[in-house]
Amino acid sequence: MSEKREPGYLAIFGEVDAAAIAIEKLREKGLKDIVVFSPVPRHELEHALHAPESPVRMFTLVGALTGTATGFALAIGTSLDWPLITGGKPIISLPAFVVPAFELTILFGALSTVLGLLINARLPHVRKSVVYDPSFSVDKFGVFAAPPPGQEEEVKAVLRESGALEVREQPREVRIG
Amino acid sequence: MATAIRSETHPDIASYQEVNRDVLKLLSKPGRGYFILLAGALAMLALGVYAWFAQIYLGIGMSGLLNPVGWGAYITTFVFWVGIGHAGTLISAILYLFRAHWRQSIYRVAEAMTVFAVMTAGLFPIIHLGRPWLFYYLLPYPNQRQLWPNFRSPLVWDVFAVSTYLTVSATFFLLGMIPDIAAARDSTTVPWRKKLYTILSFGWRGTDREWKHYTRAYLYLAALATPLVLSVHSVVSWDFAMSIVPGWHTTIFAPYFVAGAIFSGVAMVITIVVPLRKIFGWEKFFTPKHFDAMAKLLLLTGLIVTYAYATEYFIAWYSFEVPERAAFWNRAFGDYWWATWIMITCNAFVPQLLWSKRVRTSIPALFTITIFINIGMWFERFVIIVTSLAREYEPWQWRPYLPSWTEMAILVGSFGWFFMWFLLFLRVLPAVSVAELKEVLPAPLRFAPGRQREAKAKREVLGPQQTGGVEEYER
Repeated sequence: MSEKREPGYLAIFGEVDAAAIAIEKLREKGLKDIVVFSPVPRHELEHALHAPESPVRMFTLVGALTGTATGFALAIGTSLDWPLITGGKPIISLPAFVVPAFELTILFGALSTVLGLLINARLPHVRKSVVYDPSFSVDKFGVFAAPPPGQEEEVKAVLRESGALEVREQPREVRIG
Repeated sequence: MATAIRSETHPDIASYQEVNRDVLKLLSKPGRGYFILLAGALAMLALGVYAWFAQIYLGIGMSGLLNPVGWGAYITTFVFWVGIGHAGTLISAILYLFRAHWRQSIYRVAEAMTVFAVMTAGLFPIIHLGRPWLFYYLLPYPNQRQLWPNFRSPLVWDVFAVSTYLTVSATFFLLGMIPDIAAARDSTTVPWRKKLYTILSFGWRGTDREWKHYTRAYLYLAALATPLVLSVHSVVSWDFAMSIVPGWHTTIFAPYFVAGAIFSGVAMVITIVVPLRKIFGWEKFFTPKHFDAMAKLLLLTGLIVTYAYATEYFIAWYSFEVPERAAFWNRAFGDYWWATWIMITCNAFVPQLLWSKRVRTSIPALFTITIFINIGMWFERFVIIVTSLAREYEPWQWRPYLPSWTEMAILVGSFGWFFMWFLLFLRVLPAVSVAELKEVLPAPLRFAPGRQREAKAKREVLGPQQTGGVEEYER
């Protein structure tokens, strides 16, 4: 596996709306490769990016339903494995089995939500990232753009004009192979 | 910029930087008071560990348990600690879904309390086993004898409910902390902390992709934790209600236990936060307004608990069930009258003081009231469990029960265990959410459409939703 360095620019903003405007303008220029950093989730940024709905909800749903099925299967299967009548109740006492089925619904739903998050957000992020600034966890908003060849100056200008405090040349390492 | 505009729920905090500085400061500066508290907790824990080892070595006879009172102080304490946990999930998940913004500064502490309280509670059924090393018999696992647990038994439901609760609340707790641990990682200079935070933050950078999936995952986890918390104490109550013991066999138990759990948990949050606020100087994060909001929760749940007490007695009288009537007469005027009246005084009468706003906003008064509630709620479980068992079924087998010193020492030890974890948590992980607190602060804006200037001129306080954004600017 080799790595290639792609050119890119990281702009640091002090205000959330300035960052959102920069994103909108970059998108107007046809730029798709934008990464936004923020200390807090903001709807402005999400709207500016026109991001599609997160698929994490499917993980939650599928996990939860798997949990329900597992709960009932466990209770019914183990009861049939050693059918012993206690308390004059049927071997398969569905009302009683609702409780383990419910608990496993929640348990599996929660764990697969976490799995969905890790897969979709690509966490844990183990590579030493080049594109980051510690101020993004305090009060600064970052916009990283990787322009196609020839558009570098244009992108830099857009970032500056939108009110960036600083625009850094920040090549990004991209894995090949 | 946004300096003049304040958040409605956290008006003492001016900027994002201030949040980072003041929250992360807690991680770097342990005072003497902290070490004194930690030493106290460890001493209590040592006492409990000693008593438990004595019980393991000499046998379960070290407790006061003897037929017909097979459940005593251990199960009382188990229910007590599970109940304590419930307020944390209420504040972190249910109030999150309700968008109650005052919770932002307090929920992390409450959530930590949940995790540690359930960790404490989980020990008690094991301590209660005469042979604790066989605790794995509770779990469904394939074994040589081809035996499985009885899924019609509420005790097995309890194993599922409590272990799910511990797993999900610990997950929610650690997941909710990822952006804050990243903030701690970025600011710390201590090598071991840097390493720890780098691992626990999962390499979080706060990118748009991370936030998008993270906020959704957090929402779904909150939505799953909400029915879970209601189910856990319902299941605990069915340990009792599914039997036919007079005083236990009642349909009101599930809602009654859930309300009682939240009542005791909110009381415990206040009991914990008041001294910590003093020791660590958290006045900015936990203002009298927050205490007022929690006191209202206390009052509401306290009234539900009071109503449940009244209903229990009414139904015992109204049903004409002789054993039921005898059980409740015995509770109020029998051998354990003192325990019953401690419970009623602490849980039904004392919280009525909270009708007064002066009491709700006075922190010493609230602290005192919550201590009463903590005591009262332990006694509530004691009364339910012990009075019914000591007079169970046939009169010839009746026998009074009082906890032995071993049981009391383990109770003390459980507080030591709980506070030890809590105090360690305060030093290692951010005890106030950095990112979520910022969500309710006005965002720094550059091109605000006069909204902020206008607010500044009128000295108006802007809420989190009014701070404007790009949509407003575009118009």
